[in-house]
Amino acid sequence: MTPILLIEQVLNGLQSGITLFLMAAGLTLIFGVMGLINLAHGSLYMIGAFAAAAVAGWTGSFVLALGAALAAAAAAGMIIEMVVIRRLYDRDHLDQVLATFALILIFSEGTRWLFGSFPLYLDVPAALSGPVTLPGGILYPSYRLLIIVIGLLIAVGLFQLIARTRIGIQIRAGESDREMIAALGVDISRLYTIVFALGAALAGLAGALVGAIQSVQVGMGEPVLILAFVVIVIGGIGSIKGALVGALLVGLTDTLGGVLLPLLFGLFMDPSSATTIGSALASMSIYILMALVLLFRPTGLYGRA
Amino acid sequence: MKMKSLVAAACMALTGTAALADGHGGKLKVGMITTLSGGGAGLGIDVRDGFMLAAKGNEMLEVVIEDDQQKPDIAVQLADKMIQSENVDVLTGIIWSNLAMAVIPSATAQGKFYLSPNAGPSALAGKGCSPLYFNISWQNDAFYEAGGLWANENDIEKVFLMAPNYPAGIDGMTGFKRTFTGEVVNEVYTSLGQTDYAAEIAQIRASDADTVYFFLPGGMGISFMKQWAGSGVDKNVMGPAFSFDQGILGAIGDAALGVKNTSHWSKDLDVPGNAEFVQAFQDEYGRLPSLYAAQGYDTALLLMSAMGKADVNDADAFQAALKEADFQSVRGKFSFADNQHPIQDIYMREVVKEGDVVTNKIIGVAATDHSDVYGVDCSM
Repeated sequence: MTPILLIEQVLNGLQSGITLFLMAAGLTLIFGVMGLINLAHGSLYMIGAFAAAAVAGWTGSFVLALGAALAAAAAAGMIIEMVVIRRLYDRDHLDQVLATFALILIFSEGTRWLFGSFPLYLDVPAALSGPVTLPGGILYPSYRLLIIVIGLLIAVGLFQLIARTRIGIQIRAGESDREMIAALGVDISRLYTIVFALGAALAGLAGALVGAIQSVQVGMGEPVLILAFVVIVIGGIGSIKGALVGALLVGLTDTLGGVLLPLLFGLFMDPSSATTIGSALASMSIYILMALVLLFRPTGLYGRA
Repeated sequence: MKMKSLVAAACMALTGTAALADGHGGKLKVGMITTLSGGGAGLGIDVRDGFMLAAKGNEMLEVVIEDDQQKPDIAVQLADKMIQSENVDVLTGIIWSNLAMAVIPSATAQGKFYLSPNAGPSALAGKGCSPLYFNISWQNDAFYEAGGLWANENDIEKVFLMAPNYPAGIDGMTGFKRTFTGEVVNEVYTSLGQTDYAAEIAQIRASDADTVYFFLPGGMGISFMKQWAGSGVDKNVMGPAFSFDQGILGAIGDAALGVKNTSHWSKDLDVPGNAEFVQAFQDEYGRLPSLYAAQGYDTALLLMSAMGKADVNDADAFQAALKEADFQSVRGKFSFADNQHPIQDIYMREVVKEGDVVTNKIIGVAATDHSDVYGVDCSM
């Protein structure tokens, strides 16, 4: 394997980690601040992608499509928080899992009813459709670079929001002691709605960004949801920093594992069994990573005991 | 209270006699178990719509349709219900090979005919073949074997193979290698449901293959093709038709142009009845038919051809009537091999743009009178 190919694969791993971060950040905020397991987070991702595809179809503008994805996912998040989720804070996690699982089914079939059963068309804007040449002669798709940049900007923005703003202080306070901040006069139900809508908007943005290079179809959110849960478990529940580090770890492990493991086994095996064993082990690699992290840090990398 | 139960009893009596009346007054009852919800619903909907288009207006045919949600356990429950309480004569509709394996052997063991409009697992073509089981689509390997043959004829020398790491993916690549005589430079098996192919595309770019041959059904294929177009890699792309059928092309868009894919049917295939089928399907449903719709359509035509010749209650006669395949397939010539799987031509198609619509066009024949290799194990 040439160094150029390796660098390209590292970039691929970063990009997949960054998109995972957008999903995991919302999930970890909601879980950390509100103590809620939200299985319907994947549906918000799907809503973002469908809203973007619909608006891109009508207007032809990718920027408007991204805006629509943010708005639609945030609105959907706000509505489900006020109608359904609000009733679940005091219930145990099993009730939350059941109710949000029901939301997955409702959103999936509702989307099918609105948009039909066939995947929708959403493409990257023409200006970003080709590859760019990076230093060292690496050809890399420009749209994937854009995803990395947007993701990093959002990560910085989120850190600032949590560390520097009034709402950030309330979120951190809500995480450690919700009765106390309610007693101090913070409108906790409004805070929860805002946090939920913020998480939903991030998921919707991830859906729209990824939808342009993947397939916009019903059920697209669930595989990502599972990975996002792995990320927040590795990173430590409730920690944005943990979500970022966990997402990058998972993205890099997944991508590099898929490439390097078959090569590694190829050194001392015949090619076809090396491919089979290598790919099988590669698909397990992130779960092995999760098990190892939990073995040494049972609360995740940045989780509090 | 008394009045109420009287009314209820009367109702029951009425529905009872109604059920008796259309039980078997020469009518044939079909149970269709297919995928109508979830990610794979597009395929089942096309099979159903194609079947219902052919069956439209046929008073002798009664069709019960149920959604299996692409889950084997649900398919099995539905099949039991259809066989035991709905009392159907013929079952059809299943899209996926794993569901087919869960339902078909037990359905044929209970004496029901099964006509497969899509799945063709090798087990049912070889040792597990049954006189009551007919496959109207293809044995799973067919498109891949034809792809290998076409590659041999068209100066394709070095191929990079890619498929999901599950039985149908591995079988497909095995089928391609069975007929392809050139060099396979690398084989990559991705995880099922993978949506990001950046790592694989980088490997393909770095390899010295002249052609990528891949099987990635549904959303996986859409993702791969969009990412492939953005990567700027310049190599030939080939695959079976499943990754480029009409339901998927709309979502890939221009990124799919120029891709070659093997299929037994195409909407521009010049055989009697095909143009009429395409037109009628568009008039009825407002979209272009896919190969799944064509398979559903042919399944209904086959069934109706046999109904004209024999009574379904006489299993031997009905089986003989089905085996004659006396219908005008929208694929042109169509007959059954001894294991009751198709003998048919397989074409090479290219993805082109007609006006605003991205669709397929036939560019040549990949395999003539193709049948599967498993039939030798079938003792029937």
